[in-house]
Amino acid sequence: MTVITFIQHDGSERMVDADVGLSLMETALKHDVPGIDADCGGGAICGTCHCFVEVSGDLPAPDSQETAMLGLRPDRADNSRLACQIVVADGMPDITVRLPEFQM
Amino acid sequence: MNMPAGFATPDYRAMPLEDLDVSDPRMFQYDYWHELFARLREECPIHYQPDSPAGPFWSVTRYEDIVAIERDTETFSSEPSIAIIDPEPDMILKMFIAMDPPEHDDQRRAVHHVVAPRNLQEFESLIRERTIEVLDSLPENEPFDWVKLVSRDLTTKMLATLFDYPWEERNNLTEWSDMFTSDVRITAGEGSTREVIIEHMTVCLQRFTELWHERKGDGKEAFDLIRMLQADPNTENMVDDPLLYMGNIMLLIVGGNDTTRNSMSGGVVFLNQFPDEMAKVRQNPDLIPSMVSEIIRYQTPLPHMRRTATRDIELNGRKISKGEKVVLWFVSGNYDDKVIERPNDFWIDRPSVRNHLSFGAGIHRCMGNRLAEMQLRVLWEEALQRFETVEVVGEPKRTCNLFIRGFTELPVKVTRFQS
Repeated sequence: MTVITFIQHDGSERMVDADVGLSLMETALKHDVPGIDADCGGGAICGTCHCFVEVSGDLPAPDSQETAMLGLRPDRADNSRLACQIVVADGMPDITVRLPEFQM
Repeated sequence: MNMPAGFATPDYRAMPLEDLDVSDPRMFQYDYWHELFARLREECPIHYQPDSPAGPFWSVTRYEDIVAIERDTETFSSEPSIAIIDPEPDMILKMFIAMDPPEHDDQRRAVHHVVAPRNLQEFESLIRERTIEVLDSLPENEPFDWVKLVSRDLTTKMLATLFDYPWEERNNLTEWSDMFTSDVRITAGEGSTREVIIEHMTVCLQRFTELWHERKGDGKEAFDLIRMLQADPNTENMVDDPLLYMGNIMLLIVGGNDTTRNSMSGGVVFLNQFPDEMAKVRQNPDLIPSMVSEIIRYQTPLPHMRRTATRDIELNGRKISKGEKVVLWFVSGNYDDKVIERPNDFWIDRPSVRNHLSFGAGIHRCMGNRLAEMQLRVLWEEALQRFETVEVVGEPKRTCNLFIRGFTELPVKVTRFQS
């Protein structure tokens, strides 16, 4: 079972068990974790599920669409990702992500 | 629908596909566009119109196709313009909305902070104050024009507040915004000619340049869009590039004007058409944010954006040639029943209410979307607290513009709660 830890901007943490096949965005919505808006529902076309990956195993690199959307964020960092593009696979190590102050 | 006597609505279902006119602004003025786009989505989702006042163009009408094109910015460029009409060669404003990566990204990032949610928190209390003033000044129990006294007045005051624009001159902002988007070729001849538009742009630029110089280095810690541009190293010298400064000013004025204004009017109309939804939000005001998203979908204040093919490409069996105009009909995508459940229902707590195309999609997605939502949320929070009824008491008049879906007049009567 992969455990996802979401750290809010204020430092509070939530740990949830992830379902294989769900993205981190879907996992957050399923468990009512705040801080992820997901306006477009998972197509990497809105950029409102921005997160910073603090701890993880090897993840597939962002594709060109995700990279393009991340490129618009004034608060982009090296570990910036769109939570809708990270899908939990069987046997994936635990992941910790930090959420930004706001989505936009 | 306020149609003049003898005006014949096109029978979209009976016409040959090649005769369908997707450039007709009257379809929004008299609100008969639903059947046109429904037929296109079903029978000809990538449609070519060889002749129109804006020249030949393709229309894309399905939600999924629009999204696919928005993702492929290499093939579908936003240059030279996102309007169906090409820009005048002597007045090409530098607006990131009409740029491709990487220049687009740098320009957008440079001004994005002005509408970042952190800054919006600073604006919210001011916006609420203005909203309360406007609502408290409305006449009781007698018809008034909601467009004039609420939507237009409020959007103008909000824009003036955001720019800290001289209060007594504030109506200029709205007049400029209306004019810049009202070219004769997309308004059935009712708008302004390019000469008149350029004349007013020049006046607008002069005034904003004066304001820039008045404010630069005056040491005031005021909080407005001009000072925010001055405070950021990326934009501190923007005034030296008049086409860039004007481009950004225009984006902020137009982007923050018709869109919010017409959604403010649309909400009243929809809540009157769907009284059960009004009852729902009255019973549970926590639904206001969700209702705001639904209002924005249902209104789709900017019905389309245009892209230009950078290479020959085949889409759904249609061959689009390099250089051709491709118009993305957000208003059609927002009513596509393959993606939006029961799209013709105004349904304030629909599932996935934020999944709509009114803000566009991809890298050009509306930068001010959080500001727009906040303004509409504040309006409805305050209106529902004050008014026991908000009743449409006459036929609304709509805007004759291919680029704008809006209202020019909306007769409304309100009654206040007795305290």
